[in-house]
Amino acid sequence: MKELMLGNKAAARGLFEAGVSFVSSYPGTPSTEITEEAAKYDEIYCEWAPNEKVAMEAAFGASLSGVRSFCGMKHVGLNVAADPLYTMSYTGVNAGLVVGVADDAGMHSSQNEQDSRRHAIGAKVPMLEPSDSEEALEFAKLAYELSEEYDTPVLLKMCTRVAHSQSLVETSSRNVVEKTYEKNPAKYSMAPANAIRRHPFVEERMRKLAEYGETSGINRVEKVEGAKRGFITSSTSYQYVKEVFGNDSSILKLGMVNPLPDKLLVDFAKSVEEVYVVEELDPVIEEHCKALGLTVHGKDILPICGEFSQGLLRECILGEKAEYPEFGEATPVRPPVMCAGCPHRGLFYSLKKLNCTVLGDIGCYTLGGTPPLGMMDMTLCMGASVSAVHGFNRARELKNETDKKNIVAVIGDSTFMHSGMTGLANIAYNMTNSTVIIVDNSITGMTGHQQNPTTGYNIKGDPAGKIDLEALCHALGFERVSVVDPYDLSQCEKVIGEELGVDAPSVIISRRPCALLKYVKHNPPLCVDSEKCKSCKSCMRIGCPAISMKADGTGTVKAVIDKTQCTGCGICKQMCAFSAIS
Amino acid sequence: MNTKNIMIVGVGGQGSLLASKLLGHLLLKKGYDVKVSEVHGMSQRGGSVVTYVRYGEKVFSPIIDKGEADFIVSFEPLEAARWISYLKKDGCVVTNTVQTDPMTVITGAAEYPADIVSKISATGVKTDALNCLELAAQAGSVKAVNLVLLGRLSHYFDFDKSDWEEAIVACVPAKFLELNKKAFDLGLNYTA
Repeated sequence: MKELMLGNKAAARGLFEAGVSFVSSYPGTPSTEITEEAAKYDEIYCEWAPNEKVAMEAAFGASLSGVRSFCGMKHVGLNVAADPLYTMSYTGVNAGLVVGVADDAGMHSSQNEQDSRRHAIGAKVPMLEPSDSEEALEFAKLAYELSEEYDTPVLLKMCTRVAHSQSLVETSSRNVVEKTYEKNPAKYSMAPANAIRRHPFVEERMRKLAEYGETSGINRVEKVEGAKRGFITSSTSYQYVKEVFGNDSSILKLGMVNPLPDKLLVDFAKSVEEVYVVEELDPVIEEHCKALGLTVHGKDILPICGEFSQGLLRECILGEKAEYPEFGEATPVRPPVMCAGCPHRGLFYSLKKLNCTVLGDIGCYTLGGTPPLGMMDMTLCMGASVSAVHGFNRARELKNETDKKNIVAVIGDSTFMHSGMTGLANIAYNMTNSTVIIVDNSITGMTGHQQNPTTGYNIKGDPAGKIDLEALCHALGFERVSVVDPYDLSQCEKVIGEELGVDAPSVIISRRPCALLKYVKHNPPLCVDSEKCKSCKSCMRIGCPAISMKADGTGTVKAVIDKTQCTGCGICKQMCAFSAIS
Repeated sequence: MNTKNIMIVGVGGQGSLLASKLLGHLLLKKGYDVKVSEVHGMSQRGGSVVTYVRYGEKVFSPIIDKGEADFIVSFEPLEAARWISYLKKDGCVVTNTVQTDPMTVITGAAEYPADIVSKISATGVKTDALNCLELAAQAGSVKAVNLVLLGRLSHYFDFDKSDWEEAIVACVPAKFLELNKKAFDLGLNYTA
């Protein structure tokens, strides 16, 4: 029987059916659920690794040892893991190895909109691109067959709309494949003398895979007799093309986007009068078609930024505008905010009071940059806060700038384990007077609560090794390591002020578990005594979604706390000079 | 049949994922091809969130575009207003009337539109507005707003009540079953 399944869950089902036994990943929207769902199968060992590079290398080790392995990540995670990927292309695999990578066109939850297909081309590895849940399952299984047959890691590329859409799938049973490990340094030890011999193998493999793409059915033509228009497309774009043009146009639907099938592309283009390449983000297929001498439409009429939709295709290709009702006035935007009770709020308020320059990082605390706190000067990539604060401070020394800037790096516990440690080592080694704040909420928050090496639990919630952050920072050469409670504003301000004032590098750990964690007990909700409230709006400066200003019975605007949201964290209470909140 | 489109809109954390799960389950049971598209990640932190539910003989795109939705089910009136252009001109919006101020309103950077429900109605779409929080509290938990909304939505479908109930049983934890059924009934039987 067919069931409705999220794309990521279907990919995980594909791993199960392909007999995968080892999964190591780092969470990242929209890829996270592949690994979370895989972890629900007792037959698959799953773990969260500190970062994507570690995850991929662990998966490589498992493949080498002889079990089918997987690692999952978001598009920017593949940058972190690009180093092993580009040389795994040379070594190939023992048991099948698949890398799941999820792009985020439209940047629903990402810092850039890069196109992972560029990595597939760069690393010279095949990339399969499912267009719905059923294909996510099928392609995951196929990826293992290709991986072993062609001796290559295989990229399974998801995107937000495939990863986070549910559609119908049919499941089947698990089939375990295991191999034995046999020594073969000429294949697996990539010193120059060996790697030089493997490079021609890589080129030959890609040629064979291109042949496979011509004839295997992974890329298919859906021909409509007499059609003048033809579409070359893949992934979720295929669904939009099918919806708008499925009845009257021919479609070349690509399931493998690297390497591309030259003959299929040329023959298809010849079979119609006009060819449109419909692909989100970069013109990867379009450029390939043009290099083959084909005349195609692509980014000349379709955008390079953001997501596509059926409406966008109607408008860009047919010139048809949709008709719809309009509200008629501007609707105030509703950006994501720190939750009520979020421990990051108190920390960022303290940074604001100290007029800090904040070099930030990737996580829930990136929301510290939104109004009214607005306390983030920089967000780049995982770990960049710690590395950049060193560069920023050293550059100020070089320029002889001595004015007080109160410069801090702010990084989360999981992001620190991911790639903050090496930056910290650099501060200790190359000696700048830098202040690093680790906001330790005891979980990986933004991606939906995944465990990490500092939490003491593994992906299944069972007890696991626990890295002691204080001891780690000491070991990395930091003598000054202090811990503050971000619910205590005066303590935060005092300690941060002190550490900024001393002539030594320091780490401040702002520690309080995420208010959304199930084990966190909340205090009773707070209440505003409207008689005492002087409408000064001090409590509004912390940007708590539970507090608003509302007219009371007499028409005077007073602070009001929404009981259903308030967790009783008490930060607003510390803001009130009139003791109106209790 | 042509593909039918339902959008569920609200504020991150309000429980729209359960509503879409329940609809997906029901529509699949009724023999339709179904696609449901959700938003995970950053927007779930109190931002504007939207879920698309599409069903019919064969559904291709997982998302709904402007002017395509038959129904908007809204957990919060400002979100109904924000997404109203996604509705067909003769579409229907079922909305909770309880307002949740976005941070832009809380900080005073923007104003919450006054008389929002009548302005939604003035766009010409069918508007069915009810205080779901009150009804949910009456059912036993303010968190049951989603089931009140679904109960109200069920008015506009030809399915038997037993079909909806079967979907509720399949999708909510057993210990909250009675509460959720009650919330659904209160939405179903609501009269303005």
